Amino acid sequence: MKILVGYKRVVDYNVRIQVKPDGSGVVTDGVKLSANPFDDIALEEALRLREKGIAEEVIVVGIGPADLTAHLRNGLAMGANRAIHVVTADAVQPLTAARVFLKLIEKEQPGLVILGKQAIDDDANQTGQMLAALWDRPQATFAGKVEVADGKAKVTREVDAGLEAIEVDLPAVITTDLRLNEPRFIKLPDIMKAKSKPIDSIEFGSLGVEAHDHLKTTQYAAPAKRSKGVMVKDAAELVAALKQKGLL
Amino acid sequence: MSKILVIAEHLDGKLNSSTARAVSAASAVKGEAIDVLVLSDAPEAVAAEAAKIEGVSRVLTVARPENAHPLAAVLAPQIAKAATGYSHVFAPSTTFGKDVAPRVAALLGVAQVSDVMSVEAAHTFTRPIYAGNAIITVEADAAHTVVATIRTASWPAAPSGANNAPVEALTVDAALPTHTRFVELKQGSSDRPDLQSASKVVSGGRGVGSKENFDIIYKFADRIGAAVGASRAAVDAGYCPNEMQVGQTGKIIAPELYMAIGISGAIQHLTGIKDAGTIVAINKDGEAPIFEIADFGLMGDLFKIIPELEAALGA
Ligand SMILES: Cc1cc2nc3c(=O)[nH]c(=O)nc-3n(C[C@H](O)[C@H](O)[C@H](O)COP(=O)(O)OP(=O)(O)OC[C@H]3O[C@@H](n4cnc5c(N)ncnc54)[C@H](O)[C@@H]3O)c2cc1C
Ligand SMILES: Nc1ncnc2c1ncn2[C@@H]1O[C@H](COP(=O)(O)O)[C@@H](O)[C@H]1O
Repeated sequence: MKILVGYKRVVDYNVRIQVKPDGSGVVTDGVKLSANPFDDIALEEALRLREKGIAEEVIVVGIGPADLTAHLRNGLAMGANRAIHVVTADAVQPLTAARVFLKLIEKEQPGLVILGKQAIDDDANQTGQMLAALWDRPQATFAGKVEVADGKAKVTREVDAGLEAIEVDLPAVITTDLRLNEPRFIKLPDIMKAKSKPIDSIEFGSLGVEAHDHLKTTQYAAPAKRSKGVMVKDAAELVAALKQKGLL
Repeated sequence: MSKILVIAEHLDGKLNSSTARAVSAASAVKGEAIDVLVLSDAPEAVAAEAAKIEGVSRVLTVARPENAHPLAAVLAPQIAKAATGYSHVFAPSTTFGKDVAPRVAALLGVAQVSDVMSVEAAHTFTRPIYAGNAIITVEADAAHTVVATIRTASWPAAPSGANNAPVEALTVDAALPTHTRFVELKQGSSDRPDLQSASKVVSGGRGVGSKENFDIIYKFADRIGAAVGASRAAVDAGYCPNEMQVGQTGKIIAPELYMAIGISGAIQHLTGIKDAGTIVAINKDGEAPIFEIADFGLMGDLFKIIPELEAALGA
């Protein structure tokens, strides 16, 4: 079985994003970029399935600009067999990303597609679900545990009410939650090895995907700021203050 | 004119309060009708609750045995069919809504607006990106159905009681897949208030130190009638279950009182509590970022302070 893994590059989670003064976007110049944390988890899970002998090949997929190759090399260094780079200068919205993945699925025929539950830049949390719908296959979102056997996956999902287990027939789309696993660190020799692994470049335009986005972002604004309050000296003062506000 | 279909979230025959929040957002669209769709094996009780929510025009029910559990792959084709004639389909931005709504959007061939914070006009919304560090205004193409999830912390629950909307059974002609099967739901059993709708929340972080120590948080929360939350670090360390996580990737909440105890205040955590009324931080590190946004900060050891708080509360 082949596993396709979504491997998006995003602004690193430690960066405090600033909105440009003119409201035209956020400042990304010179800002540190990293793999979407949920995608590292997706890749780790795929690698573990390969190590267990359940999968033979793990392919990382990135949709983005020409300089995405360095990022995809990280995925290869982590252990993916090869990478597919869908080259586009424009940021793609989830529906378009899902349509791109569908094209790649038609070509690669994977048994499993593992994506992050959300990309921490757009925080959309859509692509996996949309892909599953377009592909007409099962989805198991917010996965905290995945067990694959006999052409099926049992997935434990982190839902608001607790932990929900579902069983899905393969092929299927799984999206990862934070507690699924802890991604491995990349080792130096692996970075060397990754240099000879293939990255397949495909022009977005050649896929025949309509990039018809129905949503237009017209304005970026900084969030309303909460101002710093007061420090109280002890428990009694805190209780008194909260009682005065009618909160206790 | 706009017609909005709101997807009801429910569990064990009870309507989830996030539904009434989504109805609030639907009211802000100022359309001509708001219909609530209840998909269930036995929708009656849930439909009766939904019919009481102010602003609801009609409650539509789809009763099928396959709808006994909220499987997105099963529900989405029915919702997509039922969406015919509606300008908007809203679902709460809970794990339920996040799971099913994009699947509906893709079936309808439209994009989705996630986590709607405000409705500026029928097709213009604001939503957070980058863990809430930026708020964007998005315009949806008016020629297509708008599928959106509603950020529950940004909307009050529409009041319930005065309304008595008609309940109508709907038959949707949709083929349902069998490739996805429900196995089980393990719910945390607790008599405490529900984290997502509680007016008071006490959360513990890594500073609490262990699962056993977390009892001090539960006890204090019970004392003041609060729900209990946690940071990701506390959940990852196994101090408490996943459904207690507050933040960017956990629950986004807006209680009147939020108490963060032994939590440093990472942006991913803060994004979950931005809309809280009053934030209290208790932390032994005076430099902890949580103090930057807390209304009341108290520096010190939580194991000393919590008993003192209990004492100060009196009998
Ligand atoms: C993609 C992504 C998503 C994330 N999503 C979330 C999310 O949804 N929610 C979330 O919370 N985090 C999330 N995080 C993690 C986040 O970045 C922080 O790591 C996490 O919030 C830290 O939790 P903490 O404050 O409990 O732990 P720490 O940062 O370790 O802070 C512990 C605090 O306890 C204090 N302390 C220790 N002992 C005591 C004592 N005896 N008395 C008083 N104070 C004490 C310390 O001074 C310290 O400030 C996410 C991270 C990533 C990368
Ligand atoms: N441009 C992209 N390149 C690679 N993977 C992507 C891209 N966009 C979305 N994905 C995948 O879809 C997941 C969810 O993204 P989103 O729906 O934008 O929150 C991500 O974690 C990725 O796995």
